[in-house]
Amino acid sequence: MLTRRALFTVPLTAAVSLALFALASRSPFDPLAGYLGDRYLTMSTADKRRVATELGVDAPWWQQWATWVSHAVTGDLGYSRTYAQPISAVLAERGPWTLLLSGTALAAAIVIALAAGMWAGLHPGGLLDRALAAAATVVQAVPPFVMSLVAVTVFAVSLRWLPVAGLTDPGADPTFGQVARHLTLPAAVLTASLLPWLLLSLRQSIRAAAESDAVLGARARGIPEPVVVRRHILPVALGPFTTLIGLRLPELLVGAAIVEEVFSWPGLAGSLVTAARELDFPLLAALTIGTTWLVLAGSLLADIAHALLDPRVADDA
Amino acid sequence: MPNLRRPHAHLWAVAVLTAIAVFALAVPMLTGADPRLTDFAAAYQGPSSSHWFGTDPAGRDLFVRTAAGLRVSLVIAAVCAVTSAVLGLAVGVAAGALGGWVDRTVMRLVDGINALPHLLLGIVIVALYPGNLAAIVASIALTHWTQVARIARAEVRAARSATYIEAARLSGATRTRVTVTHLVPAAAGQGIVAVILLLPHAIWHESTLSFLGLGLPPDQASLGTLLQDARAAVLTGAWWTLLFPAAALVITTLAVAAAGAALRDRITPPLPERAIR
Repeated sequence: MLTRRALFTVPLTAAVSLALFALASRSPFDPLAGYLGDRYLTMSTADKRRVATELGVDAPWWQQWATWVSHAVTGDLGYSRTYAQPISAVLAERGPWTLLLSGTALAAAIVIALAAGMWAGLHPGGLLDRALAAAATVVQAVPPFVMSLVAVTVFAVSLRWLPVAGLTDPGADPTFGQVARHLTLPAAVLTASLLPWLLLSLRQSIRAAAESDAVLGARARGIPEPVVVRRHILPVALGPFTTLIGLRLPELLVGAAIVEEVFSWPGLAGSLVTAARELDFPLLAALTIGTTWLVLAGSLLADIAHALLDPRVADDA
Repeated sequence: MPNLRRPHAHLWAVAVLTAIAVFALAVPMLTGADPRLTDFAAAYQGPSSSHWFGTDPAGRDLFVRTAAGLRVSLVIAAVCAVTSAVLGLAVGVAAGALGGWVDRTVMRLVDGINALPHLLLGIVIVALYPGNLAAIVASIALTHWTQVARIARAEVRAARSATYIEAARLSGATRTRVTVTHLVPAAAGQGIVAVILLLPHAIWHESTLSFLGLGLPPDQASLGTLLQDARAAVLTGAWWTLLFPAAALVITTLAVAAAGAALRDRITPPLPERAIR
C-alpha cells in the first residue's frame, strides 16, 4: 500500500512536468525575453539565435524537458531570474517562512476546530452549535484574498494594532517579537480560511459518533460521560478529521500563496504568484513539482494517521 | 450546511440572485454611465448621494464599476461553469459507457488532477498565456471538470445495468444509440446541478486570478480587478473601495451556492438523516 502510493509519485511528477513543458512551448512568451530582459529589444536576431542555442531554448520541448530532468535529479533546479539566485537557494531561504506561517495557521485551526467542533457536536441544536454553523457557512464564502484585505483594513489601517505587511518593520532585525507581531495577522487569516471545513466536518462526525449504537450501549451500561466521550466518541470522530486535514492541504497551500502575496510575507508559496507574474519558468516548474509532492505526502501522512487512530482502516489499506 | 436546507432557504437565495442580476444588468444599462469614466476632481470620495458606493483613486464611480465588474465576473463564471460541465459530462459518460482501459485511464487522470491544488494549477496556466480570456476559462475548466466527470460516470454506470437499457440493447440499439439516447440524458440532470454548483467556484477562481494580476487586465472592471485596486486604496483609508466589491462577491457566492444546493436537493432529494448514519 505504502510502496504503491510512493510509486504513484513518479508517473505523476513526470506527467505534471511534461504537461508544464508542453504548455510552456505553446505559450506566446519567448523564454529569451525573460532571460535577456531589456537587451532582448536591442540584440540582433543572429545574436539571439546564438544565445538561444547556448541556453537550449530552441530545442523541441521534450528535449528541454529531458535536459531539465537530468539536471533536476542531480539537485540542479536552475536559476531564478526574479530572485537572482539559484532555485535551491530560493527554496532554502523562503521555505522556512512558509512553513512557519502555514504551520502556525494549521495548528491554530486544528486546536480551535477541535475545541469548538467538539462542543458543537456534543450539544447539537444549541445556541453555539447553530451560531458556529452559520458563521462557518458565511466564512466559507469569503475568498482568502478578501479576508486578507478586510483584516488589513480593520486591524492594520483603522485600529493600527498590527503591521500592514512584511516580515519585520523596515530595517529591523527578524527578532522573535518582530516576526511574531508580523505573523499574527496573516496567520489569523489563514486560520480563518481553513477553519470552516474542519469545524463543520468534525461537528458532523462527532454528532454521528455520539448517536451510534456503541455510544448508546456505553451510556446504558452507566459508563461516565467523560469516559464515553474520550473512549467511544473521539476515536471514531477523529479518523475522518485527520483524513480531511490531509485533503485540505492543497487549500492550505493556495491560501498561503494568497495570504503571503497580500501581506508581502517572504515565503515560498507567495513566490509562486511572483514566479507566475514574472514568468520565471524554472522557479515555476520547481514550485509546481514541489507542490505536487507536498500534497501527495500530506494525503499519505493523513492516511497513516487515520490508520493508527482506527484499526479498521488499517485492515483494508 | 443545515441552514441552507430549510424549506424556504432557496426562495431567499433566488430573490437575492434576482436582485444581483438586476443590479449587474440594469445599472450599467439604465445609468448609461461608463465604468471607465475618470473624474479626478471627485477622486477618493466616500459614499454620498451622488456616488452611492463612493469613488476610487481615479474618481471612477464605484456603484457603476461594481455593477459592471459583477456582470463581467458572472459572465466569465457562467462560461467557465458550462465549459467544465460539458467537458466533465463528455469525459464521464465516455468513461462510464466504454469501461475497460478508457475508464481506468480517465479515472487515473481525474485522481491526478484532483491531487493538485486547483488554483495553483490555474495560476500556472494563465501565467503562460498572459492576458488571454480563453486561458482564464481554460484554467478553470481544466481543473474543475473532474468532479462532474466522476458524477456523470457514476450515473452512467448505475444506468448501464438498468432494465430499460438492457431492453434497448436487446431490441437491437447500437452502443452509440444507447449512449446518446439513454446514457447522456441519465447523466444530464446531474450536469445541470454541476453547472450551478461550479458557479461559485468559478467566481472565486476568476476573482482571485484577476486580483493577483494574472487574470483580466487591470483596466477591465471585474470583481477581482476592483479588489486589486482596493488593495492599495484601503491603505489610505478608502474602506468603501473594498467594502462594496467584496460584499458583492460574498453575497453572490453565498446566494449561488444556496440556490445550487436547493436545486440539487430537489433533483436528488437528500437521504433522511438516519439513513446517512
